[in-house]
Amino acid sequence: MLARRSGGRVLPVDGIHDLGGMQGFGAVGHSPAEPAFQHRWQAVARALMSVVAGAVEASGGEFRHSIERMEPGHYLTSSYYEHWLTAAATLAVEHGLVTQADLEERAGGPFPLSGPVLPPPIVDAGANVDEPRFQVGDRVLVREWHPPGHTRCPRYVRGKAGVVVRADGTYSVPDVEAHSAARRYEPTYSVRFDAADLWRDGQGGVAVHVDLWDCYLE
Amino acid sequence: MSEENHHHPAAVSPVERRVAALEALLTERGLVPDGFIEEITHRYESEIGPMNGAKVVARAWADPAYKERLLTDGTAAIAELGFGGAEGDHMVVVENTPAIHNVVVCTLCSCYPWPVLGLPPAWYKDPPYRARMVREPRALLAEMGCELPGNAEIRVWDSSAEVRYLVLPERPSGNEDMTEAELAGLVTRDSMIGVARL
Repeated sequence: MLARRSGGRVLPVDGIHDLGGMQGFGAVGHSPAEPAFQHRWQAVARALMSVVAGAVEASGGEFRHSIERMEPGHYLTSSYYEHWLTAAATLAVEHGLVTQADLEERAGGPFPLSGPVLPPPIVDAGANVDEPRFQVGDRVLVREWHPPGHTRCPRYVRGKAGVVVRADGTYSVPDVEAHSAARRYEPTYSVRFDAADLWRDGQGGVAVHVDLWDCYLE
Repeated sequence: MSEENHHHPAAVSPVERRVAALEALLTERGLVPDGFIEEITHRYESEIGPMNGAKVVARAWADPAYKERLLTDGTAAIAELGFGGAEGDHMVVVENTPAIHNVVVCTLCSCYPWPVLGLPPAWYKDPPYRARMVREPRALLAEMGCELPGNAEIRVWDSSAEVRYLVLPERPSGNEDMTEAELAGLVTRDSMIGVARL
């Protein structure tokens, strides 16, 4: 994992949110049914994220990245709706709607926000890719790289080979929209990986499918 | 209320104080429309949920032509029943058979087909499920009580882009006389995520 030091904090480049394959988490706390919101504050946090995202016109990529930039210990020890609250407050501060001092004064205590965006804004989004480069059945190789900003290419498939099982039309590339007002559109593909190719302890008879933008593939 | 029955309100937690702080500041700046929080709450508590997905599954069980449309173009077939919208704009439905078991996860966040399943349960969003389902699905499914037939192939679907997945569970036997509404009553949320079989 690469890291940069900023204000005395070590910031992850490969974010803590990218959890696929990480070990040591233990049992799933399964419940067969549960209310949509277990506490009113969760519904309020959910609604406030919509308020902020609307006010600052955040793209899906910018919204997700504002969660991914949380300090790793905070991310792992807080609930989903605390992630949304932290992200909403972070975007509100970064876009000048409120200040962290205002938030902490009102809260009567610390109001931790997500870490800063690391890469510079993207000015040139690059050309759209209108036609898929790959067809169903093609064998593809995922790029082995560690971008400093937002991406939807999970770490566990980077550098791995798989087979295209579906092509899904073109969508805005998250890596661009999280860091720019500009957009680039590319095809996405569902790529099938044999578990045995992903994990040395891979189980037999298991395939993992990951949906990947064109630029994630060699 | 008598003195005896008086309960002190539960202590306000730090996260509740932070939510209240952000809500107050955004409201003072005129950014929170009247009734918005209640509207959002009502939408996710009452209008969407696994009861919608259960109707889709029951229709597919009862109507082979619908099932074919559902597996070919999930978004359009689900829209026939009136369901669609955010996090359901690009639906792919994957069919369980005796030889194939499908299961859905989002390792990067918590992507989930809201219009047919509602908001995701807490365990779907927490690290253990997201970390383990792509690495050891056979062990994790067994741990969660999902027994697979013989040597069934497991197909894990990581919702990493814009498509959202719905599992079409196998129709249990012994319900040939049931109505579609009765069939829908057999369908569980977990069977449509793929962590249970019916």
